[in-house]
Amino acid sequence: MSQLLELKKVTKDYAQVRAVNEVSFSVPPSCIFGLLGPNGAGKTSLIRIITGITRADSGQVLLSGSPVETLQNPSIGYMPEERGLYKKMKVGEQLIYLARLKGLSAPEAHKAVTGWLERFEIMSWWNKKVEELSKGMSQKVQFVATVAHNPRLIILDEPFSGLDPINSNLIKDVIIDLKNQGSSILFSTHRMEQVEELCEEIVLINRGKAVLQGPVRDIRRDFREHLFEVVLDPNDSIDLGGLAETVDHVLGRYILRLSKERSSNDLLRYILDQGKTIHSFSEILPTFNDIFIRTVNEANHE
Amino acid sequence: MNKLGLIINKEYTTRVKNKKFILTTLLTPLGFLLFFVVVVFIFSHESDKSYRVAVLDQSGTEIPIPESNKRFQFSKADASLDSLKARCRRDELDAVWLLPRFAGVDVKQYSTYYYSDKTLDIEMESKLSNYLSSSIRQHKMKVLQLDQIALEKLNTDILIDPEPVYEDAKDKSSYASKIATVLGGIMGYVIFFIIFLYGAAVMRAVTEEKINRIVEVIISSATSTELMLGKIIGVGLVGLTQIVIWLILIPMVYLLVISIAGFDQSQMEAMSANMNSASVEQIEDIELIVRELANLNWIKIFFIFLLFFIGGYMVYAALFAAIGAAVGDDINDSQSLTMFVSIPIILAIYIMFQCIKEPDSSLALFSSMFPLFSPVVMPALLAFDPPWWQLVLSLAILFVFGYFTVVVAGRIFRTGILMYGKKASLKEIGKWIFTRQ
Repeated sequence: MSQLLELKKVTKDYAQVRAVNEVSFSVPPSCIFGLLGPNGAGKTSLIRIITGITRADSGQVLLSGSPVETLQNPSIGYMPEERGLYKKMKVGEQLIYLARLKGLSAPEAHKAVTGWLERFEIMSWWNKKVEELSKGMSQKVQFVATVAHNPRLIILDEPFSGLDPINSNLIKDVIIDLKNQGSSILFSTHRMEQVEELCEEIVLINRGKAVLQGPVRDIRRDFREHLFEVVLDPNDSIDLGGLAETVDHVLGRYILRLSKERSSNDLLRYILDQGKTIHSFSEILPTFNDIFIRTVNEANHE
Repeated sequence: MNKLGLIINKEYTTRVKNKKFILTTLLTPLGFLLFFVVVVFIFSHESDKSYRVAVLDQSGTEIPIPESNKRFQFSKADASLDSLKARCRRDELDAVWLLPRFAGVDVKQYSTYYYSDKTLDIEMESKLSNYLSSSIRQHKMKVLQLDQIALEKLNTDILIDPEPVYEDAKDKSSYASKIATVLGGIMGYVIFFIIFLYGAAVMRAVTEEKINRIVEVIISSATSTELMLGKIIGVGLVGLTQIVIWLILIPMVYLLVISIAGFDQSQMEAMSANMNSASVEQIEDIELIVRELANLNWIKIFFIFLLFFIGGYMVYAALFAAIGAAVGDDINDSQSLTMFVSIPIILAIYIMFQCIKEPDSSLALFSSMFPLFSPVVMPALLAFDPPWWQLVLSLAILFVFGYFTVVVAGRIFRTGILMYGKKASLKEIGKWIFTRQ
């Protein structure tokens, strides 16, 4: 399948700092893609290059296979981390203006904005000025501004920062809907539980370099440490027969590390053969938090 | 509609629909009117208090005491100075004016003494000395046996009527240069006022956009050049709208006030009486002024004025936009940078006043070519009919310079608008200009 967005060795220097260093990755169509990295890693610089706000010093950015030559591409929707709207302008008027700047005609913009406001059940805000809205409310308006022109690539810089759980979930659902309708969502975050929950693929940026990338499932598999949690009756103990070693154990709850070349089935069978009751058996996959910290620390020590 | 058009439209309509804009546009003419009325009232205010002044004449000559009027009631006193002072203390008199011995017609300076507890203000002092001076003049004329009519024959009014050297050139009256000076001053001042007011408005608009944090969204939809030009043109159109409204509204308000509150009848009669009694010369003067005004090529002046307005506004608004983009979150930061733009334009207005006094000077020629001054200076010189080549050259320099200003300002704008937090230093701004993005 051809990629929606492709970055090839994109590099950007600011005065003394190399903000983005030969970063390459690609985002397939209909995908939720995470752009991760510690603060100051170059995420925002990278996003600004993709959105055409700044230009890369070298390397290529391809959108649907062709170079992003026309800046301010209408097939991109962008919600920056620094949120803002015209405070004195009315919500409806403002959204239509922003959608028209993205190339929609006046009637198209009106229809799209109405649709979104109805979906969020905020049509009553149409004639309110932005300065009358609460922070959470204006975040919703900002989100509508990002997606109203139906972009194929939606870039969200820290979309959940400052949102309460209800609004967070609302935005999450919309993101999944948009993905199912064929758009790709690239969002930056440093909240790893959202990565596990939403993202199909990620790229991890550290000090301007892409240090880790790929499908989330594969990455977690690559990082697994063959740890299993086995829960037996509290007073039971087990003989592992060299299949695994005990990492930790409290009252029948064992954390075991499987020896190499052994499968989890072997271990399960071996324990069952001892006539023990197994209440639960599961693999402990590394959290993305662990992966993030490990990768960044390793990269920093290189 | 293209993006530039959309931005201009948005900048224009949000401003024009703003209540503050409507209020200031409507109230400013009223404010000016009120100001005008108050100023007139203050200056026309006359104290209604009248002073009782006893004139103690010890001059030894027959100086006629000045005639009493609304302000002063003069009375000739025979009593001694001490008893007059005592009457002052009893509040029977306000002042005693002692005229000491007068030596005769050769006296050039004559000191008199004014005894009073009340302040002798500048106006009263000058009135008193004028009264006495004319009394003494009459006295001297009598002593020297001079004839009033003969004396008046000594005065001659001089007129210098400029005449062209070339046969085909238009003959101008002596009023031409006076009219040109006034008209030029007004035009230069109007351009200065507009550029300063709306240039600063562009700067505020840019900074607000930055503070609102919306700029990143806009810049991902339109180029920074489109955004900058959209703001400059949008605000400029708001300015033009406001001026057009004022041009219509101010005369209307003026006429309305006259017709409602009105001049009272006696004043009108007094005015028409004045007109009737005006000498033939005065009427000729008015005719000359009207003819000179009609002689001016108004269409040409208007179009050239408009061109200089557009050029000057572009240059200064672009500079203001760049400053707006370079300052940080605190709008007060802009002050130190604004200086670089305000100084040339304030200089321009001073130079303009000098140039309309000496329109043929080398200062006038230089500053009407220098693009930071020419938008103010050249329109002021228009009424003096500068040669075509100067106009064309000046406009060409202005527009070429304007183009470069917009490009350079665009570079500062492009980088500055995305910087948050602190104000950029001049060194950084310099770097922005020379790096490509």
